[in-house]
Amino acid sequence: MMTLKVNGQDNQIDADPDTPLLYVLRDDLKLNAAKFGCGLGQCGSCTVIVDGKAVLSCVTPLVLLKGKQVTTLEGLGTVSAPAPIQRAFMEEQAAQCGYCIAGMMMRAQALLLRNPKPTDAEIRAELQPNLCRCGTHMRILRAVHRAARLMDTADASANARSGQ
Amino acid sequence: MAGMARSPRIIASIVAVALIVGAAAFAVVWRPAIAAIERPSPASFDPAVIKRGRELAALGNCNSCHTRQGGQDFAGGLPVPTPFGVIYSSNITPDPETGIGQWSEAAFARAMMTGVDREGRHLYPTFPYDHFTNVTDEDDRALYAFLMTRPPVHAPARPNELMFPLDQRPVIAGWKLLFLRGETFRPDPAKSAEWNHGAYLVDGLAHCGSCHTPRNALGAERASAQFAGGEADNWRAYALNDRAHAPVSWNAESLYAYLRNGWHPDHGTARGPMAEVVSNLSTVSDRDVRAIAIYMADISGAPKPESDRGAVLAQVEPASAQADAAGAAIYAAACASCHESGRPLPYGGVNLALSTAVTSPDPRNLANTVLSGVAAVAGERSPIMPGFADSMTDAQVTSLLNYLRARFSKEQPWTGVEKTVADARRSQTALLQSSVGPRNAPADPSQRDQP
Amino acid sequence: MNAPVILDRRRVLQGGGALIVSFSLGRALAQEGSPAGAAPKRPGSLAVAPYLDSWLRIDADGRITAFTGKAELGQGFKTAFQQIAAEQLDVPFEAIHVVTADTQLTANEGYTAGSHSMQDSGTAILNAAAQVRELLIAQAAGRLGLAAENLRTENGAVIAPDGRRLTYGELVAADLLHVQAQPQSKLKDPASFKIMGHAVPRVDIPAKVTGGEAYVQDMRLSGMVHARVVRPPSYGAQLVECDSAAVERLPGVLKVVRDGNFLAVIANKEFQAIKAMNALAAAAKWKESQNLPKQDDLLNVLTGLPSQDSIIFERSDPSVSGQKTLEATYTRPYQSHGSIGPSCAVAHFVDDAMTVWTHTQGVYPDRQAIAEMLRMSPASVRLIHVEGSGCYGHNGADDVAADAALIARALPGRPVRVQWMREQEHAWEPFGPAMVTKLKASIDGGGRIADWNFAVWSNTHSMRPGNAGTLLAAQHMAQAFAVPPPKPLPLPEGGGDRNAIPLYTFANARVVHHFIAAMPLRISAMRGLGAYHNVFSIESFMDELAGLAGADPVEFRLRHLEDPRGRDVVEKAAQEFGWKQDRKPPPGRGYGFAFARYKNLAAYCAIASEVEVNSETGRARLLRAVAAVDSGQVVNPDGLTNQIEGAIMQSMSWTLYESVSFDDTRITSIDWQTYPILRFDAVPDRIDVHIINRPGQPFLGSGETGQGPAAASIANAIAHATGKRLRDLPLTRKRIKDAIDA
Repeated sequence: MMTLKVNGQDNQIDADPDTPLLYVLRDDLKLNAAKFGCGLGQCGSCTVIVDGKAVLSCVTPLVLLKGKQVTTLEGLGTVSAPAPIQRAFMEEQAAQCGYCIAGMMMRAQALLLRNPKPTDAEIRAELQPNLCRCGTHMRILRAVHRAARLMDTADASANARSGQ
Repeated sequence: MAGMARSPRIIASIVAVALIVGAAAFAVVWRPAIAAIERPSPASFDPAVIKRGRELAALGNCNSCHTRQGGQDFAGGLPVPTPFGVIYSSNITPDPETGIGQWSEAAFARAMMTGVDREGRHLYPTFPYDHFTNVTDEDDRALYAFLMTRPPVHAPARPNELMFPLDQRPVIAGWKLLFLRGETFRPDPAKSAEWNHGAYLVDGLAHCGSCHTPRNALGAERASAQFAGGEADNWRAYALNDRAHAPVSWNAESLYAYLRNGWHPDHGTARGPMAEVVSNLSTVSDRDVRAIAIYMADISGAPKPESDRGAVLAQVEPASAQADAAGAAIYAAACASCHESGRPLPYGGVNLALSTAVTSPDPRNLANTVLSGVAAVAGERSPIMPGFADSMTDAQVTSLLNYLRARFSKEQPWTGVEKTVADARRSQTALLQSSVGPRNAPADPSQRDQP
Repeated sequence: MNAPVILDRRRVLQGGGALIVSFSLGRALAQEGSPAGAAPKRPGSLAVAPYLDSWLRIDADGRITAFTGKAELGQGFKTAFQQIAAEQLDVPFEAIHVVTADTQLTANEGYTAGSHSMQDSGTAILNAAAQVRELLIAQAAGRLGLAAENLRTENGAVIAPDGRRLTYGELVAADLLHVQAQPQSKLKDPASFKIMGHAVPRVDIPAKVTGGEAYVQDMRLSGMVHARVVRPPSYGAQLVECDSAAVERLPGVLKVVRDGNFLAVIANKEFQAIKAMNALAAAAKWKESQNLPKQDDLLNVLTGLPSQDSIIFERSDPSVSGQKTLEATYTRPYQSHGSIGPSCAVAHFVDDAMTVWTHTQGVYPDRQAIAEMLRMSPASVRLIHVEGSGCYGHNGADDVAADAALIARALPGRPVRVQWMREQEHAWEPFGPAMVTKLKASIDGGGRIADWNFAVWSNTHSMRPGNAGTLLAAQHMAQAFAVPPPKPLPLPEGGGDRNAIPLYTFANARVVHHFIAAMPLRISAMRGLGAYHNVFSIESFMDELAGLAGADPVEFRLRHLEDPRGRDVVEKAAQEFGWKQDRKPPPGRGYGFAFARYKNLAAYCAIASEVEVNSETGRARLLRAVAAVDSGQVVNPDGLTNQIEGAIMQSMSWTLYESVSFDDTRITSIDWQTYPILRFDAVPDRIDVHIINRPGQPFLGSGETGQGPAAASIANAIAHATGKRLRDLPLTRKRIKDAIDA
């Protein structure tokens, strides 16, 4: 039994310490967003955020996660109250089959957390580990740029409010 | 051709040199300019000579230093952060203004032989002219033909950001006085033609010793310790002589396969700066690679009896009771799924009992590999290993490294592992920040002409 | 599972209106055969499922459901169908709910393949919705005592001139819609469209970007357990020995299933199943055989196999003869669908009935095959389509569905989820077949192609289910089913010869199809089928011939192209790209152009591209592509754009990087290290898609139309940049560099 903090909530996990985070999220916590793509750290479908960094959940065993904070796409927002990155992907219609998209979004989110105004080259470099087979790349790039703008606007308005 | 520093130690040595020969005579320092020429027409070069030049440039690994990440080939600009500032590699495309377009062949040959540019300025010794003195005139001519027929790229050199007095080039002349022997390669008549060709390449253009030979306090390669192991870009360049730490001894066949393909079943996959080297060697003629392998096999001496593959694998025991328990759990969960999957190399991950990274005197390469992984080569079959920098703490990596050392080698435990890991994480971060993107990254579309 | 995926029949009945009662399963199944009689052909899939209530149902409370037998694969047609139904019924977009392929609920529309969804199912829904609207108006006319001409529809109601309104829910009555469709429909004037032709956000995207339940992989039925298959290491390998006792004692393991060479393990939790799979794989001993051909010699392998040869096109005009002649041979390797999510299915065997949730492209044919494999009656097997990862053709979907069914039968009462591993998908999926084309043509004195010879060697391009023998599990069982004999897919759509007949007009032409029955590697349908390589060959060769004729490639194409819609897309793409004759690109760059009409009867597509080739490394990068597409009446322009963008990107990846690798025994491309595909560093700076809308014209399938033109456009640009013509796919960095250095 181990405590794992996911999307701000403590969970008691009954799984072997060698269990990759991906299966804990999907099987124990019934979360959908992190996807099984290869199990080998080659495709990025399983990307989640751990302590602010994009991490491949399929090669990250539970034993590494003591005391760390895990965030999945579910933890960012909902259909009715989407996070900027989610709004951006909806507005850009940045999906075809969409299987890779959750991983793309989490990696992009981690980038935007540490670099709120990335250049196009920086976004491409960051997303290099993640594969998309439908060929939605152009839209994904546009969506990440849009998310950066949305976050910027959200920050600006939050600052304006707090300034009043 | 302001060479870029592969090691901060070189810079440190230059400081020392500066103090020693601070008052070096003007005659020692001064070199004349060689007249500028019109860029020769590419058609004026013999295609066969250009072709040989291409192979020689690959053997010399020229592109590794003279191409920045995301930049155009040979256009320079690769930044190297050092404790003393940043050095940028130069543009060696035939652009008249910013490259070597106005260089005559004589100017090019002088730079190779004496480390002086066309205008008479001394070049930093990180441009390894201490090896290039061995290159024949014929090969210099081929290299020149190759470089002068590349697409010219207008890319002004970024000024080095070095502290005083290192930014004063005359200082370099003092260093040369002490360490530039200016020797040329002399074949050993007792050895085979292949051996001699290998020696010529290794000690000359390929400048293997620049990384694999330790340097003295003043930054020059220690002749008495040739190939005893050095460093490059925060990686350990393993000893290649008879003190090599490879669990399975190298021989000419395995060296050839490794240099040709970038991996060998008894040794694993090249990574770090060596990955660039073998990537270049995959494009040169078989004869050159075989010659290098034959020479280096001789350098590394006779195989040790206990170091054949079977013996090495047989000595691996299940984790002992003293082994790091946390490290064992991490290995089982994060590493074994590939490294014990039984997949054929290079795609499965080498059995770590065969890895020199584990038997090496210091754990830096292992730390680098665990943290950064092995990135995919775009569009080509290539091994991929995920990096664990963002999912493991320094303490976790330390546990893992201690466990791997205990489980997969018979060597004494490493000391100072946690510091090595912390340093590796820092240097990796610096490396990542200095690159603007992946190789062959897109140009800014707004700069593109419409047809 | 939630409602959007499975329409629970009882739930529908509870909330239902009169019409629901009219839809009986018996009637739906009775439609499976094609209707007898010589009535005029009904449009789209109404021809095979003519009852209107197979396509649309209206509840008493006004809720409307549209049914399609096609499977949403990420193409976005579910949204397009919703647009079509809403438009023709005059209801808001949100008022429609679309139910996709389910053998208990929807019509049998065969496979979701060949860019047929819009043409078949979209057309059926279009006409069904228009006819239902007419029926509702007629019903209202009767009730209100007014002439139908005087009534109009708006927002789900029929409205009289005096303002009286009857909602659709009020108008529906028993069996009102249980009538056969008419061959002709009164369709709305495209000029009045409010929903069709507009970019509507896709209905599936919100769940996909917020972690909603969106895929079969996400299903978690009550009591569900996890299984993994241990596949043989190579084709035809025989299981010699497998002591599974230790595996059965592993934590969470419920059962090891063995049936001949079929081996699987079931466990409570997913990672337990994976560990057990690894242990079982280690325990299994196989006998393998060396049956695979030489990977590097596919040209001789294919042309050396026995073939059935047929002349599929011939035209002769002895008065025209050529002066200068060119010959060329083009090859394509085996290529993988490479779904990002390996195939997955959930099966539940209870009370002698089998239900399988699957991302198959054909619920009915797959049901047929699974029922045969299980030796059950098809009526007691239900297949429900649930989205999976994009498939781009026949990937492991049907096979994993069969695996799940076979395993679930061994554990009755428990839903079993089977997820293939990455290496299983890569090694066992049926690949896109290798192909060889040989071309020869002559130019006359006026710079026109005087004669054209085209020969293509290829396998069939469909080994889809229908027969149990197509399924891996059935092939591996002790009482194995034999692989059915492959058949060439008939023209005009064709398989290996798809798009082998040029759309251009040549005085003399001859096209030969060499159909190869033997399949050294497991193959089936992959996006575009033979069209990918045939268009690559034709359009590369057109550039070579333009060079021979000293003509501009675009002008040269127009010289031979009569089809006006074809000319339109060619001219549009050229114009938007900024194509000019004798254009000179910057150093290291090249421009390329290509055109095709998919299958010669679906959407038209022309693509111009700019490629940069690094002469040092040989690496080619697509910088920008401009496409023009005509897919008839456009329903969702953004959806169409997304499809074409994706086609260009995917085809670029196939064209520059991809080939299945194998040694004499095993497939060796088993993951993304060994089967590299496009990553972000190769993504172009921009892709522009220009749609030529044809209001009122039939829908033309467009999901595959970009594959061939993108490949040839890139190949032509590489040839333009380097001066070297590459004819063997993929156009890898090494091949380009070797060509430059040669």
